[in-house]
Amino acid sequence: MAAETAGSGSALPRPVVAVVRAWQRIFHGPNTIGNSWQFWAGFALAVAALFSYPVLAGGYQASRFALFIVYAFLGLSLSVVWGYAGILSFGQVAFFGVSGYTFGVVALNFDTPFGILGAFAGAVVAGAALSFVLGYFMFYGGVRDVYVTIITLVVTLVLETFMSQTAGDEWTIGAAPLGGFNGMPGIPELAVPVPGLLVQLLGPLGVESAPIVLGAGDGTFYRFALALLVLTYLGLRALVNSDYGRVMVAVREDEDRTRMFGYDVERVKLAVFTFGGALAGLAGVLYAAWGNYVSPGVYALTFASLPVIWVSVGGRKSLLGALVGSIALAFASNSLVGEWAFVIIGALLLVVVLFLPRGFVPAVRDMALFAWRTARRYRSGEPEGSVSENPEAAADAEVTD
Amino acid sequence: MVNGVNLLFQFLDNFAFIVLAAAGLAIIFGIMGVINLAHGEFIMVGAYATTLANIRYGLPLIVAVPVAMFVTALFGLVVERTIISGAAPNWLWKYVRMGLAGGLGRLAALDAVPGRVAGGLEAAAERLPEQPLVEPLYDRLADSMVATWGLSLILVQGVRIWFGNSLDQVGTPVVPFVGETVSPGEIPVLNLIVTNSEFSYSAYRVSLAVIALGVLAVVYVLFTKTDFGMRARATIQDEDTARALGVDTGRTYMATFAIGSALAGLTGALYAPTITMVPDMGTGFLVESFVAVVVGGPSVVLGTTMAGGFLGAISATVTNLMGSTFYGRIALLLTAIVLIRFLPSGISGFVRTIRERRQEAT
Repeated sequence: MAAETAGSGSALPRPVVAVVRAWQRIFHGPNTIGNSWQFWAGFALAVAALFSYPVLAGGYQASRFALFIVYAFLGLSLSVVWGYAGILSFGQVAFFGVSGYTFGVVALNFDTPFGILGAFAGAVVAGAALSFVLGYFMFYGGVRDVYVTIITLVVTLVLETFMSQTAGDEWTIGAAPLGGFNGMPGIPELAVPVPGLLVQLLGPLGVESAPIVLGAGDGTFYRFALALLVLTYLGLRALVNSDYGRVMVAVREDEDRTRMFGYDVERVKLAVFTFGGALAGLAGVLYAAWGNYVSPGVYALTFASLPVIWVSVGGRKSLLGALVGSIALAFASNSLVGEWAFVIIGALLLVVVLFLPRGFVPAVRDMALFAWRTARRYRSGEPEGSVSENPEAAADAEVTD
Repeated sequence: MVNGVNLLFQFLDNFAFIVLAAAGLAIIFGIMGVINLAHGEFIMVGAYATTLANIRYGLPLIVAVPVAMFVTALFGLVVERTIISGAAPNWLWKYVRMGLAGGLGRLAALDAVPGRVAGGLEAAAERLPEQPLVEPLYDRLADSMVATWGLSLILVQGVRIWFGNSLDQVGTPVVPFVGETVSPGEIPVLNLIVTNSEFSYSAYRVSLAVIALGVLAVVYVLFTKTDFGMRARATIQDEDTARALGVDTGRTYMATFAIGSALAGLTGALYAPTITMVPDMGTGFLVESFVAVVVGGPSVVLGTTMAGGFLGAISATVTNLMGSTFYGRIALLLTAIVLIRFLPSGISGFVRTIRERRQEAT
């Protein structure tokens, strides 16, 4: 609908129209919610509000909120793997944890800005490598559906059991003791190495020291994570609305039919699973750097179920649903204190699954769309019930599943 | 040094644990296709019911166990009606909808309401969804998983609020430990075996292996030899045809779910004397039960027995060799991964294939 507004309105200068067209080509499509200028306006507002949060709420609140942003990466990784490619993985936290531990071990051993940068990259690669190996093992062995879920769950629990018994001195890698059940403390914060020359150049911009430490206290980590999240969201939107995204959705809808069309289903699944592992790994690195700590608790069954819960409540077949679901639920369960918190979360899950099986965000979108159309119909004075017969309105509906 | 007797006892203990943990789930997940993440909490309900019946109400254990099974079955029935099949909310909605539509219509007919609003109200009354609000969760794997996870959270926390962080435990029946603590006259045979061992073993937990086999035998008879079992299998295999042939499929689902719950309750009751009564005790059962059901494959009784035997043997051997239960558990889980990967239809599916092949050859 935005295409018509921008195109036919011809009052806009041509470069603007070209940019809008390109933007729509890349980010709009049937696989995502929010293909209108109203959505992007709201999106920009939300991002601006989130960026100003540290100023408004202070460093402590920003640091607390940064955790939910880190969790959003985990939710997005599951949304891509499960919501778009149909692979229900309980193992996103396995990649999350492996990356967190890898980052900790490397960063503790090479505690320099370049070492930390290397740890960052290496840890994401470690998560991706584990998911690649596991994915190859499963998909090329014909493991499907619920068996994938069980295998990923079991892998996670193997890691939990294993890491819990690494308390002894023999489990020390260089300068980094794995710490067993108590976990690994003292993981350094993220830091960006800046050459001395650049510091002098950037001096007027407020960069005074090399390296720039992305500390949790002053909100720099929060801004960094948020910026990364916005970029990730946009990147994922471009991915799922691309041709490859359509193949992913085809695999989700019907594997055999997709194979009949000549696509290599196993390869698509492996690629998506590996990508999801890398994304979960990124979340793990951010998590370890955020809390300076990682423990076997990240592999526990309770934590492993969290991404599944966030994404199902938010709406797994939509990136926005996964994003909002992760942040909102993590925020809610963190803020709800007292003994009834878990009861409320559990009841919320039940209600969403029973009454809004597609998730909260798609349901809200449908309601908003319904209200907006009703209002428009009232204004233009069309007779009752004409909308459903109106072909334009029917084509307008975004298909999300 | 691996001690043969100790290994045997460890094996029997592991076997009993895996089989009993999986017994109820084999029906609910293996047969009915509901990924019941609250399975551990069903076991917890059974254990709590036993403990409360025994300690608060003074029932002897032998009575408390059937009471616990009944309570858990009843609980399972409620869960099935409200969450899994959605029958209760749908039934409620039928009446709520009628009431709402009537109320809106009457409101629209009032003189005080302007015509435009009245039109809207009438339209809204017509728009109230007529179809059932809740779709049954049968064979909706992911959704059943999320819903039962929610249920599990509510149960664990609800029990914690209601009963506190722990309950007093039921005393272990028969003899607490075979070994030095027992006077030789009490159970000579078991005692004779264990005098050589440096370890003492709970005779109660070892004897659960016998009960586990008994449970499987009962399940086998129930599902293959009775009229109900026939109807249950027909319903699960092809619901529409079964209904066309006069089977009340809704009731069959309900009864099967209740039976699975009762078995989970039995497991909880049997383990109540040996496990600390904490609200989240069920999580200790959950993983083993799922692994056993998936590894076991489509044939519930044969599959669960073989999965229990195989995984129990691996876990017991590795635990004894390495001297730590950590490694036993890791070995069990890794074996499960390999088995699922190479025998996607489970052990019983593999056995079936071999049998068919042999028949073709002869």
